Amino acid sequence: MERTISFTLNGKTAAVKTDDERMLLWVLRSDLGLTGTKFGCGEGLCGACTVIVGNEAVRSCATPLKAVAGKQVLTIEGIGHSGLHAIQQAFLDHHAFQCGYCTPGMILGAYALLLKTPHPTRAQIAQHMEDNLCRCGSHVRILDAIQQAARAAKAGA
Amino acid sequence: MVADGMKRREFFGVAGSGLFVFFSANLAAQEPARLPGRQAGPTDLNAYLKIGADGRVTCLAGKVELGQGVMTELAAALAEELDVALDTVDVVLGDTDLCPYDMGTFGSMCTPLLWPAVRRAGAEARAVLVQMASERLQVPAGQLQVHAGTVSESGKPSNAVTYGQLVAGKRIERHLENVPVKATGLKVIGTSPRRKDGPDKVTGGAQYAGDIQLPGMLHAAILRPPAHGAKLKSADTSAAEKLSGVRVVKDGGMIAVLHERPDIAVAALGKIKAEFENPPAGPDDKTIFDHIQKTAPQPRVVGQSGDLAEGQRLAGSVIEGTYLNSYVAHAPIETHTATAQIEDGKVTVWASTQAPFMVKSAVASALGLPADKVRIISRYVGGGFGGKTEADQGVEAARLAKLTGKPVQVVYSRQEEFFYDRFRPAAVMKIRAGVAGGKIVLWDNQVFGAGDREANPFYDIPHKRVTSAGGWMGGNPAGMNPFAVGAWRAPSVNSNTFARESHIDVLAAKAGLDPLEFRLNNLTNARMRRVLETAARQFGWKAGHAPTGRGAGMACGMYSNACNATMTEVAVNRATGAVEVKRVVMALDEGLVVNPDGMRQQAEGCVMMGLGYSLTEEVRFRNGEVLDSNFDSYRIPRFSWLPKIEIVMVDNPEMPALGGGEPPIVAMGAALANAIFDAVGVRSLQLPMTPERVKAALAKA
Repeated sequence: MERTISFTLNGKTAAVKTDDERMLLWVLRSDLGLTGTKFGCGEGLCGACTVIVGNEAVRSCATPLKAVAGKQVLTIEGIGHSGLHAIQQAFLDHHAFQCGYCTPGMILGAYALLLKTPHPTRAQIAQHMEDNLCRCGSHVRILDAIQQAARAAKAGA
Repeated sequence: MVADGMKRREFFGVAGSGLFVFFSANLAAQEPARLPGRQAGPTDLNAYLKIGADGRVTCLAGKVELGQGVMTELAAALAEELDVALDTVDVVLGDTDLCPYDMGTFGSMCTPLLWPAVRRAGAEARAVLVQMASERLQVPAGQLQVHAGTVSESGKPSNAVTYGQLVAGKRIERHLENVPVKATGLKVIGTSPRRKDGPDKVTGGAQYAGDIQLPGMLHAAILRPPAHGAKLKSADTSAAEKLSGVRVVKDGGMIAVLHERPDIAVAALGKIKAEFENPPAGPDDKTIFDHIQKTAPQPRVVGQSGDLAEGQRLAGSVIEGTYLNSYVAHAPIETHTATAQIEDGKVTVWASTQAPFMVKSAVASALGLPADKVRIISRYVGGGFGGKTEADQGVEAARLAKLTGKPVQVVYSRQEEFFYDRFRPAAVMKIRAGVAGGKIVLWDNQVFGAGDREANPFYDIPHKRVTSAGGWMGGNPAGMNPFAVGAWRAPSVNSNTFARESHIDVLAAKAGLDPLEFRLNNLTNARMRRVLETAARQFGWKAGHAPTGRGAGMACGMYSNACNATMTEVAVNRATGAVEVKRVVMALDEGLVVNPDGMRQQAEGCVMMGLGYSLTEEVRFRNGEVLDSNFDSYRIPRFSWLPKIEIVMVDNPEMPALGGGEPPIVAMGAALANAIFDAVGVRSLQLPMTPERVKAALAKA
């Protein structure tokens, strides 16, 4: 159904008039021009399109726009308030990427994990990130980076 | 001469003032006629560097940053030789208007070929600048020193001039002469600097081909057949055409639906009622191995010595094995994507491709335009692995831009990505071999479908013959492969190494010998011996006669002159056949290591990707239909698969730097097959070694 959906996007109010059954990914990328969120599989199987809704990591390619009405949506463009977020910094420090295409989804997946579990074990990180796919094989570095980010948050707390 | 109608003087128009050094990595000469149909490269110009009045150093080369880190590696070479800070070096890649011709980014050629040429260019530029400074400062060149782009008199730092001041308002052109590079005192080369692409990639700012957004742009969804070889009988597009904002374009067999929103274009495509005529029955993923042997072209001998009959006589008995390898997808997370725009008769296509100059020729040909009216930009690519060498989507986007008069973006769905992927070919490797007194005396190997690279074994075998029929590079009879095949990370070599190194272990087990001892008994290649011994030490290899129950396996591999020994430790669940990989140790001789962390990244990536083709990845198909269409059924490696990875680089600085993106993957299949055998005493002769296949092998034992 075509209607105006309002939500908070990266801290600011957003309103989009469109078919509310359309998937959030395409509204973010095409209607709103935020291309940091990536298309990978279209069926919620790879995690490249991961964004935060409320406090949860969701697959934006499989989340209809109407599901975010009135909610807080956070994308890769919105997580570093002044400079880089600790997770972004950790990904830089560990070179936790190669082609970089899965990286925004990885970072937001980690962001959701650390919201709920600020001090995860390595096994908890791996389990949480299991369905985020990386074809370049940066897995060991991504785990290292998320552990570093968690430690940084602990030190700063 | 400069190919592609691009003359050196045309670069001057683009480049403005400053010091220019043009140089050739002679890439064309290094990649001979085995790339049929591809444009010959220029012999005098592959890249150039510019030092501007602002002091910034810019390197322009036609390679593409696929994630392998070439941007950082080239910048490091220039920072080293020019004595400038790394962050004052810009690297511009993959833009056919700005960068000189390059054949493509494949074959692990960036490091061995382009990198040394860039480094020499940096050394020459520095020599030119020091000479200019000598004249300007009235100080002999030998009494000058350079630090952070400033040339100054030794002992009198106030008498100084910057690179930028030296070139300001001038236009100085040089062709690379033989200026020696630094022999000692390296500050950047051999270190692991921060990746230059990092900030773009962690912030979402990196622009891939699908991130280009242009005013009025339409997104295209293209009607595709359900199977390779299926023919369109009819298509009723009326329902799609009625949708608001939808345009349907039919041109030369292509039916495309366009809309300003990509998802609406895809939904509208679903309204087309299309009927296809099914292709004739063809092979499936089970019958393909017989089919390949029956349809393969005449074999070529790719390695031969001695006399097979004599080898057989010496061995007494012959041990045979037939090894199979399935079709494997590249499956980059970014699907094939292109955005095309036509302005004032000039087409610009942002394309996810490893070979922008090949796409340029293809687009020019499809649109009937001269080459200088086509510009391809491939800035960041979301993974290639060989699968983005061709870029049909670039031609589709350009055609649709011409037909609609609007900028057009084409993004392959995951299903299209699997359907149109040029898979690693399925392959059959038959080996007959024999041993006498711990020495391999007979090796008779027939390769079908894989290709010939590294089929000829590096072991010392007096009586051998290796033949190869068909491969990834083309020249296969029509119908041999039911869909397109192509280069997949270390093409040919994963298949050939799996077969050879599996069979080496079979021979060792039959002879009652430890696999390490057996290999060393038959190997005089000093570099291979060194990586094997290094890996064994790191792994803590315990001599034994497999199967020992420990689940330890090894394999050696060679590719592009890089040597590796891979050792793995696995646990096999006898009830399910599932293999858990606990540890991977790899020793690598990559020649001079120019960036240890970069090399390590490539090796880690190879371990993970190697787990995929070894354990789960295979394309299922039937009668031209590709049955895998997404990551639910086509399983690629995940976090839970991550073994403990230990990479040991055997630095070999006497040897030039070798390519690193492919060699570390080649031995994974056999190292795992041999570890599975050591664990449970059976082996799967077919990759991938799925739980079903391991279980079946256990049941037969």
